[in-house]
Amino acid sequence: MSLVVFGIVLCAVIAIRAPRFLDPSNLQYILNDTSILIMVALGQFLVILIGGIDLSVASGIALAGMITALVNHAAPGIPMVGIVALALAVGLVLGAFNGLLVSVAGIPPIITTLGTLSIYRGTVFLFSGGAWVSADEMTKSYRDLPHHMVLGFTTLMIAALITFVLIAVFLRFTRTGRELYGVGGNLTAAKYVGIKLRKVNFLPFLISGLIVGLAGLLWVSRYASAQNDTASGFELQTIAACVIGGVSISGGTGSAIGVVLGAVLLGIINNALTLTDISPFWQMAIQGFVILIAIVTNTLMDRRNQRTLLARRTLV
Amino acid sequence: MDNAILELHDIRKYFPGIKALDGVNLSVRAGEVHALIGENGAGKSTLVKVLTGIYSADSGQIMLNGADVSFRSPLESQAAGIAAIHQEATMFGELTVTENIFMGHHLRRGPFVDWRRMKSATAELLARLELDIDPDAVVRSLSIAQRHLVEIVKALSFDARIVIMDEPTSALSLREVEELYAIIRRLKQEGKAVIFISHKFDEIFEIADCFTVLRDGKYIGEGRIEDASTDSIIGMMVGRTLDHMYPDYTRTQGAPILTATGLSRAGVFKDVSFDLHEGEILGFFGLVGAGRSEIMRAMFGIDRLDAGTIAVRGKPVQIGEPSDAMKMGIAFVPEDRQQQGVILKMKIRENETVPLLKLLRKGLFLDRKREAEIADRYATMLEVRATSWEQPVESLSGGNQQKVVLAKWLATEPEMLILDEPTKGIDVATKAAVHDFVGRMAAQGKGIILVSSELPEVLGMSDNIIVLHEGEVTGRFTRAQASPENVMRAALGALPAEGESA
Amino acid sequence: MSAHEGVREPEKASPQIGGGRSVGTPRWVTVVTSWEMVLGMILVAIFILNTSISPYFLNANNMLDATTSFLETAIIALPMMLVIICADIDISVASIISLSSVFMGMAAQVWHLNIFWLPVIGLFVGLIAGLLNGILITRLNIPSIAVTIGTMSLFRGISYVILGDQAYTKYPAAFEFFGQGYIGSTHIPFELVLFIVLAVLFGFLLHRTPFGRKVYTVGNNPVAARFSGVRVQNIRLAAFALNGLMSGVAAVLLTSRIMSTRPNIADGWELQIITAVVMGGVSILGGKGNIFGVILAIFSLGFLRYGMSLVNIPGTVMNIVTGFLLIFAILLPGALASARRVLIVRSAHARSMRQGDDEAEQAG
Repeated sequence: MSLVVFGIVLCAVIAIRAPRFLDPSNLQYILNDTSILIMVALGQFLVILIGGIDLSVASGIALAGMITALVNHAAPGIPMVGIVALALAVGLVLGAFNGLLVSVAGIPPIITTLGTLSIYRGTVFLFSGGAWVSADEMTKSYRDLPHHMVLGFTTLMIAALITFVLIAVFLRFTRTGRELYGVGGNLTAAKYVGIKLRKVNFLPFLISGLIVGLAGLLWVSRYASAQNDTASGFELQTIAACVIGGVSISGGTGSAIGVVLGAVLLGIINNALTLTDISPFWQMAIQGFVILIAIVTNTLMDRRNQRTLLARRTLV
Repeated sequence: MDNAILELHDIRKYFPGIKALDGVNLSVRAGEVHALIGENGAGKSTLVKVLTGIYSADSGQIMLNGADVSFRSPLESQAAGIAAIHQEATMFGELTVTENIFMGHHLRRGPFVDWRRMKSATAELLARLELDIDPDAVVRSLSIAQRHLVEIVKALSFDARIVIMDEPTSALSLREVEELYAIIRRLKQEGKAVIFISHKFDEIFEIADCFTVLRDGKYIGEGRIEDASTDSIIGMMVGRTLDHMYPDYTRTQGAPILTATGLSRAGVFKDVSFDLHEGEILGFFGLVGAGRSEIMRAMFGIDRLDAGTIAVRGKPVQIGEPSDAMKMGIAFVPEDRQQQGVILKMKIRENETVPLLKLLRKGLFLDRKREAEIADRYATMLEVRATSWEQPVESLSGGNQQKVVLAKWLATEPEMLILDEPTKGIDVATKAAVHDFVGRMAAQGKGIILVSSELPEVLGMSDNIIVLHEGEVTGRFTRAQASPENVMRAALGALPAEGESA
Repeated sequence: MSAHEGVREPEKASPQIGGGRSVGTPRWVTVVTSWEMVLGMILVAIFILNTSISPYFLNANNMLDATTSFLETAIIALPMMLVIICADIDISVASIISLSSVFMGMAAQVWHLNIFWLPVIGLFVGLIAGLLNGILITRLNIPSIAVTIGTMSLFRGISYVILGDQAYTKYPAAFEFFGQGYIGSTHIPFELVLFIVLAVLFGFLLHRTPFGRKVYTVGNNPVAARFSGVRVQNIRLAAFALNGLMSGVAAVLLTSRIMSTRPNIADGWELQIITAVVMGGVSILGGKGNIFGVILAIFSLGFLRYGMSLVNIPGTVMNIVTGFLLIFAILLPGALASARRVLIVRSAHARSMRQGDDEAEQAG
């Protein structure tokens, strides 16, 4: 895959400029830093796979994070298991709301999530009253959640790993997972073979929502701060990770591992910016540029394949 | 009708103004290949759609293994054991062969998809037909022929008992056609019934056991291939008197307005040359896959030409975009009325004036008064039946929609009109009106190219006829020389009989 | 991806009652259930709401001033309407404002150019950005959502690269006229006059010129449009270019209004703009919509936000309302269509007695 080659070349270039890049601690830092992106990008992938898009993930993260922080602050006795369950429940509701609007009401995903992007973000304010929840208002167990080490990996990385495994298995080994590819690849053919559209249109949003819920908790606990503008703009990074990872924006193609690699690549770029003393203000521009390059390349390669698909045979 | 597994009695299917199926009988036996023969528009596609549950018949009986059935959806038809292989495969290009076959009913072990079992089942199916296709190959990477074959395998995975093949060889090489025959013979051996729709007589005589002929939606006759001949079948296909449905305007042909030389497009058509004169109706006849629409689209600037020149009144022209063609005075009424000809949700008036927009200007603005005038003039001229020109075109019948398309192009005051299947799917009365209109246009000195798959139409309307077969010109006839038999022969790619010109 | 589509092909029956009869929708039904009527009622409702909230609302001067809070988004909604009717979308507009504003800031503060150049540069940057969008979309045939997601980051990213966490504030005093000035001695803001002029221009462009008609054809059926000689890709390109240009105009107005530039200027505005357009009755699928609905929606949303600000509702909470409105804006036409169908059936029953049936005669 050209992506891997590009990644290796990129790493080599960075390593030359900043040898610190290849330090194992740095590499682990990158992985840790990218874990949330990996998780949420995988959820985004499912939505893009069926030909949709989820612009509300960042707002969902902020909302789920804020709710868990507030609850933790108000009721410090609740064990973390409960908090995690709460995060998942919030995410479930957010995802289900999106899913119902798309699958039952038939509203195009871009409009639905453009709307919920605002609704969820605004709801953060409703819950918080404009105030932040800061570190000293959170219990220690809350703040420690992402940092527990298990077998040398942080909870963050494990969460990302588990998400990856579950999604990869779902996509590869369940009927519904395969039907996502079917619907995204050829909707007419999918209808012909009797795939239940309502289910296939609903589930990706639901799963994305669950992930967003968990990610919200992890984000807020990791940065020990629940703010109104938490994760602002993050949805673009998740889409970038997908596109870079070879997912077609019109749906029907892509792999979980590709998305992971795309996210990691973004993480590497961010890390490289810090290490090479390029100002962080370059981040957005580079991201936008990389997205455009990835989309253009994907489209041009698709075009070439399309032509072979449609070419008639020469007259014999 | 002994041991017939599928029987259709007096099937009728009507659309507003059109009798698509008007009393069709069909009797298909297991272990046989049954050819369904008829011109374009004879009703074959509609019949297939009734069999596969896409349409439901308005009346008539479908009996499967002696029991009355009706299908309300493709799934029901599939469950009943009927599989159709379409001309354009509906496949998942990015997925593997295995998955294309099993999409919608993946095999499972517990809750998990069992790839191994699916792959081996696929491999087995492929082996059964002695096909050399990798179950893990991505469909996108397969040739069209291979994709067809995969569709056949898909049909078998449903344990279909009746396999319908609609023009399966239109994109296959000779060798692949032989492979297809081998597979069909294997299907026969397994006791399946194959309904084979084709125009190609060499294939029909090679592979089919019996046949049924349709014409104008009606059942005409059937028989066993061994007892039939090309002539007898052609006779059933075309046998109708040329009634006086066709206008008889006196017209003289003038100077050549369009000369096409050596038009070619790789894989689609080759070395097509012709002249079009003022006042001439030049008919283009051919069957599916002949390439006529493609030639016309290339002439109008929609598709590109790989080789060849076009000259208008002697001067060579470059046509890269439809607007170039329009500037040369060419108008094009396309084949697919609803996708290419009209904009369904827009009004009649708006549809009529799309090509004229640049000219309907008063200063920077659209001259709405002139627009309304022109729309009214041409819609009236063509007798479009509607309560007002502000109606959306989608509310009109097919015939009236076609009149709107004609009005649209007539309003551009073209010198040449290319009409691609202008009377397809239209009721009889409007057909006559369209023919009349075309005759009048020719009488006014316009050059008309009439592409049609309806033999009587081509014979009745044209001054000269060009026949195409698989992208090449196989026949040129003047009105006097043309007869149903020799034109059809040329269209089938058969060699001309003695004494006929080609 | 409607969940309601079935597998069966739509049989080619006429959608009107009676199967093939060309019955037009009775006029009164069309007017009463028209989207513009609904919007008009919403606008009135909002005015009533605002008046009850604050006695100062109905003051003419206050209302005029209030408009400046939403006129910049309103100006972009005009070309966005064209883009969406073409069945495209552009979420990079707010980022174009940012980029344009940053260049104006550089012109003022870094290059010390004459004030004349500021709006020129602002418009120019906007136009170039719009053209970039348009070229990537129409020449490389990439879906507009994909391209504008990328340029959304790229454009604002460039602003951040140039300006970082600083701000440009050294604008010449006279520059404030665009965003804060009034016409002559009246209390009519320049922004409002500019908007009215542009609204009239775009209204004529969409509804009275060949270009506007072509926009509808492209959005409804680009294939048939092409077959009829419309240069589809050029039309789309023009729409994106206009979007960029008007974003530049908005940038001039906004920058002049706040007399400063930060990279995060106009953050989130694309949502409000698209909401206004979609709420104005423009179908996200393309081919449908008119300027009156869009203007009504702009003013409804604008005054709604203004009213909410009077009660000190914070911006993000206002966005909740905007978000819900966007969703309802899509749901409502479906409900209205059902209502319309019911009303048509009732009145068609009455007419069916009188009218002959063309089709029956023809089918003979």
